[in-house]
Amino acid sequence: MDVPKPRILTARWGIPGSHTLAVAQEHGAYTALRKALTMAPADITAVVKASGLRGRGGAGFPTGTKWTFVPPEEKRGGKPVYLVCNADESEPGTFKDRYCIWNDPHMLIEGCVIAARAIGAKVAYIYLRGEFKYVKDRLDQALAEARAAGLVGKNILGSGVDVDVWTHQGAGAYICGEETALLSSLEGERGQPKLKPPFPAVEGAWRSPTIVNNVETLQAVTWIVEHGADAYKAIGTEKAPGTKLFCCSGNIRKPGVYELPLGYPMMELLNDECGGLLPGRSLKAVIPGGSSVPIMTPAEVARATMDYESINEVSGSYLGSGGFIVMDDRTDLVDALANLLRFYAHESCGQCTPCREGCGWMYSILTRLRDGEATEADIRVLRDLANNIHSRTICFFGASAAMPVQSFLKKFPEEFFARAGVGVPDDWRPAASAK
Amino acid sequence: MAAFPQPPAQGHGPVDWSDQDRAEIAELMTHYPTQRAALLPILWLAQRKWGWLSFDVMRRVAQTVDLPPSEVYSVATFYTMLKKQPTGKYLIQVCHTLSCKLAGADRIVEHIKDRLGIEEGQTTPDGMFTLMRVECLASCGSAPMMQIDDDFFEQLTPESIDRILDGLAKGEPLPLPRPEVDKWTFQSLES
Ligand SMILES: Cc1cc2nc3c(=O)[nH]c(=O)nc-3n(C[C@H](O)[C@H](O)[C@H](O)COP(=O)(O)O)c2cc1C
Ligand code: SF4
Ligand code: FES
Repeated sequence: MDVPKPRILTARWGIPGSHTLAVAQEHGAYTALRKALTMAPADITAVVKASGLRGRGGAGFPTGTKWTFVPPEEKRGGKPVYLVCNADESEPGTFKDRYCIWNDPHMLIEGCVIAARAIGAKVAYIYLRGEFKYVKDRLDQALAEARAAGLVGKNILGSGVDVDVWTHQGAGAYICGEETALLSSLEGERGQPKLKPPFPAVEGAWRSPTIVNNVETLQAVTWIVEHGADAYKAIGTEKAPGTKLFCCSGNIRKPGVYELPLGYPMMELLNDECGGLLPGRSLKAVIPGGSSVPIMTPAEVARATMDYESINEVSGSYLGSGGFIVMDDRTDLVDALANLLRFYAHESCGQCTPCREGCGWMYSILTRLRDGEATEADIRVLRDLANNIHSRTICFFGASAAMPVQSFLKKFPEEFFARAGVGVPDDWRPAASAK
Repeated sequence: MAAFPQPPAQGHGPVDWSDQDRAEIAELMTHYPTQRAALLPILWLAQRKWGWLSFDVMRRVAQTVDLPPSEVYSVATFYTMLKKQPTGKYLIQVCHTLSCKLAGADRIVEHIKDRLGIEEGQTTPDGMFTLMRVECLASCGSAPMMQIDDDFFEQLTPESIDRILDGLAKGEPLPLPRPEVDKWTFQSLES
């Protein structure tokens, strides 16, 4: 599409040595930090709020607004404030944060220090999934360089501002990407979610006010502080300003991470950026925002643009984390859904009965269906299970497991009932849309 | 659910930290407001040092962070990457979640099984390789992929797997297939 494709988050990607302080600084790193150190914390928050930036971890909550939920100092009872960067990146189909840190660790460090200053935190933690050991090593090196240059630590650049930044390595648990589970894990507990409220902004790590933000969110903050809210709002759509990293995988010719303005037409992402489908293939379905969001049909793909509002209006799905998984006509959707449910059954933390029992049960029905051993009644049980897990659990994981099931069954019922040897029953479609 | 649900079969006997470990642990503890928060980093340190987390190792860690051993065991069993059983010298973990599956992960697993003559979850008789399937490792755009120890190997083919495993069997160090800085989108997969 003929829109400008500014490179905000990927500006330094591809420059040899972009992960070193010298090269990053040659190409503008830490300009935003110098500016932020001259600004009052409330003014930094105000700029981020005015930019309309929404969290890139999946929920799309306005970042500046979240920061204002931290209670003012007089109401904190002497408790410190923490910033935690979520680099757990475990949602199937999502692989952007790894590249962000690998190619430009200083942009994240800069974003952490700026955000910490805005919310009044003196310590920031970057929680990386356990498998990212090699990414953590590079980030630790970058942190050591930044610390030695006085950009992180005590009295940053002589400003009197103190912000320490530490990395923390998880150990293999998808659920630790959920913010309350992540904080439990950071505290040295089992990584189990907690009921909200209280929200972390009020009572988070060590029961202190804590802001959790995704890697991409904090990197965008860096750009926004340097270039201003208006420049950011000039990109993307009115309700979803800025650019987003789309992680494209599956049956396409050029999988990879693409930075594009929000509101980019989905079909053009698929055909122009990703090089289209493999020769002779046709599109069967797309999962637009990581494995947890509802699936989309080709007709929906044709009408949607890549932003929070359009995807939801057109298909009832979500932009999520930007994990764009493309499936062509060879894909067996029963097998694909069984694959995803194995993931959820494996990763449920086990605290809530509907989620713990339900995910395993849904997986077992799907394996039987895949192997031609299930009946029409089993498919009804499958839908009931999904409907009874959604919104009935401590954390959003339950819904994340239910939404793929509900949407596959609603949008592609023929494939499922055919496996049970019957046609789609007359009463199926209206009931399915009632959810 | 833990990948290694069984309690450890054997142990290490009494174990202790070196002076260098103690210094590293003391430094780690300065990062956090509580001692307990250093538990996960210390378990990682212990696993690197002793290979896996036996009861003996977990008891040592419990003393270090001043927690009952049962608490340490409760945390360690939550995380799949913390080994409650020994594995081969190299742990091969092939991702089989959706994007990798679409790119042929099952064939990759079959190839490795044939080559090593083991089933998933088993270790080769010479103790060199353990094979496992794992869930999404955030490399879906460069699928199919596997992780060996701390390294990612992406856009796998049977030939590239043979090259990597041959090298390891000969005692060569792991090659460094980490993403190149300028390679943030990938080659056409048509071929
Ligand atoms: C099951 C589950 C898994 C999640 N995994 C991640 C993750 O890997 N990375 C992430 O940034 N957010 C993840 N989130 C969202 C976080 O809870 C949180 O909303 C986010 O980190 C906030 O950052 P943001 O406002 O910058 O988007 C997950 C949420 C749920 C319910
Ligand atoms: S919904 Fe699932 S993952 Fe979330 S707390 Fe309950 S059992 Fe754990
Ligand atoms: S699906 Fe294999 S790395 Fe994501």
